[in-house]
Amino acid sequence: MSESFDPARWRPAPLLPATEARDGGLVFVVTVLCFLACLTALGVIAADRAARGWSGQLAGEATVIVRAKAGETPDAAAARAAETLAGVTGVVEARALEKEKAYDLVRPWLGDIADLEDLPVPRLVAITLDPRAPPNAEMLDKALKAQGLDAVVDDHSVWIKDIRRAADTVRWAGAAIFLLIAAAAGYVIAFATRAGLAARRDVVEVLHLSGADDGYIARLFQIRFAQLAAVAGLIGAVTAGIVGAALRLAGGGQGLTPALPVAWIDLLAVVPCPLLAAVVATVVAHRTALHLIRALQ
Amino acid sequence: MSRNPDISAASSANEDVVRFDNVSLRYGRGPEVLRGLSFALRPGSFHFITGPSGAGKSSLLKLVYLGARASGGGIRLFGQDLARLTADQRPAVRRRIGVVFQDLLLLDHLSAFDNAALPLRIRGARASEYRSDVAELLAWVGLGARMHAMPATLAGGEKQRLAIARAVVNRPDILLADEPTGNVDPDMALRIYRLFVELNRLGATVLIATHDQDMVARSGRPALHLDGGALTVRAPQGAAP
Ligand SMILES: Nc1ncnc2c1ncn2[C@@H]1O[C@H](COP(=O)(O)OP(=O)(O)OP(=O)(O)O)[C@@H](O)[C@H]1O
Ligand SMILES: [Mg+2]
Repeated sequence: MSESFDPARWRPAPLLPATEARDGGLVFVVTVLCFLACLTALGVIAADRAARGWSGQLAGEATVIVRAKAGETPDAAAARAAETLAGVTGVVEARALEKEKAYDLVRPWLGDIADLEDLPVPRLVAITLDPRAPPNAEMLDKALKAQGLDAVVDDHSVWIKDIRRAADTVRWAGAAIFLLIAAAAGYVIAFATRAGLAARRDVVEVLHLSGADDGYIARLFQIRFAQLAAVAGLIGAVTAGIVGAALRLAGGGQGLTPALPVAWIDLLAVVPCPLLAAVVATVVAHRTALHLIRALQ
Repeated sequence: MSRNPDISAASSANEDVVRFDNVSLRYGRGPEVLRGLSFALRPGSFHFITGPSGAGKSSLLKLVYLGARASGGGIRLFGQDLARLTADQRPAVRRRIGVVFQDLLLLDHLSAFDNAALPLRIRGARASEYRSDVAELLAWVGLGARMHAMPATLAGGEKQRLAIARAVVNRPDILLADEPTGNVDPDMALRIYRLFVELNRLGATVLIATHDQDMVARSGRPALHLDGGALTVRAPQGAAP
């Protein structure tokens, strides 16, 4: 046994014992935190995409309600409105909807009336807008007024604003959750560093008395916990990536539901997780260890 | 080698490796363990510290290796006032001092080889530069066949020799040893003593705390005798072995 030891092939062993029983627990906790952080990121990205899709659709179209004035049939008024609107810059297409569409809208209130023709039901004009330079409601309104048309323009801005606000809320909530998780991970690592240092007082003391400076000793703990956090970050990220991929596959090409459209590219969001976890661990472990080592003297 | 080390307070402060001026020490709010110690060690000198158990031998060594701070008086090492050293400067001073601790302080998760190499590693040396030196030193203290052994599997005397190897591997300017021969047979004690003499000859200033009155008497070295917290210097007794 002793004969097999060849000093020429000797490599310095890690100054901190390689494995500690409680490391398993720490890896588990940090893994869970990283997993939750990745899911949060995926959720925020998906919500963002959904909001963008909806508001893009809404912004690309507008609806105009046209009421016929005395002496003009509703159909004629609608046709005139459509013609006018088509002439406004930024309007790609303006189309007077068939009267049935308008009846569909009032039917819930009026019931099935045989002779709808006699009622002055307003007509709808659907317009498609150039998404790069859409005209606003005011411009459309002005053009209609100029032709003496009694019409109300709905450019969906109320809905778009609502969606944007909801998307912002999701984004901020995501950021807050993210910070909370990072803080929790930092706290756990600080706690583990403290415990590790207490358990390895002998190493700290011997290194100290042998002339190692504080930074050298702190670095041992910092590297240990950075490696640990990187491994935990990797497991958490991969697990979250698998969950994301499952959502994507379950939802098909359109995503799971219109509310949570996960795209393959979104899965890249989990990639920085191991690095971020390692950075948090490095900073926290270094500061905690340095603080404790200085206090020991 | 210096057979007549100068312990006089009159020696020039700049030339002393260790200098205590009216030093006292108390642990926390406890009683004074050391009281008004004044002495100086010249470079290349060799002294024992003697005294009954609890007299403060380990405490005195602790002050020298910067393991405790004096509660009164002044200590100078290598001409530097320890009280004026910043936290950043202390490690460099510690690296010039080799210590055999009374409780050895070996790291039980490291092999004998790794334990012995520790001070070189801390100094930032590369393994390829010191591997063979460490192996040679371990062979020299009689641990050539136990280099990969873990401390828990070593006999008491082997542990002691390992601690000695670690203390001297860095060629320290000051070598402190606290009961270095407490666990070994007389033959090994003599070998260890000769190792210290050898290192002393190479320039190290040596200070050894011991209960072994025989070794002190036979060595022909002076002793700092502690009793009741106070220090008296005893001139060499008898002849060198
Ligand atoms: N860390 C400490 N905290 C409080 N008191 C201490 C501490 N270390 C030593 N003492 C006290 O200081 C006194 C001197 O102890 P020290 O260990 O220096 O004696 P010693 O001469 O080395 O004894 P021994 O020959 O048994 O090793 C003792 O009364 C001891 O109880
Ligand atoms: Mg002692």
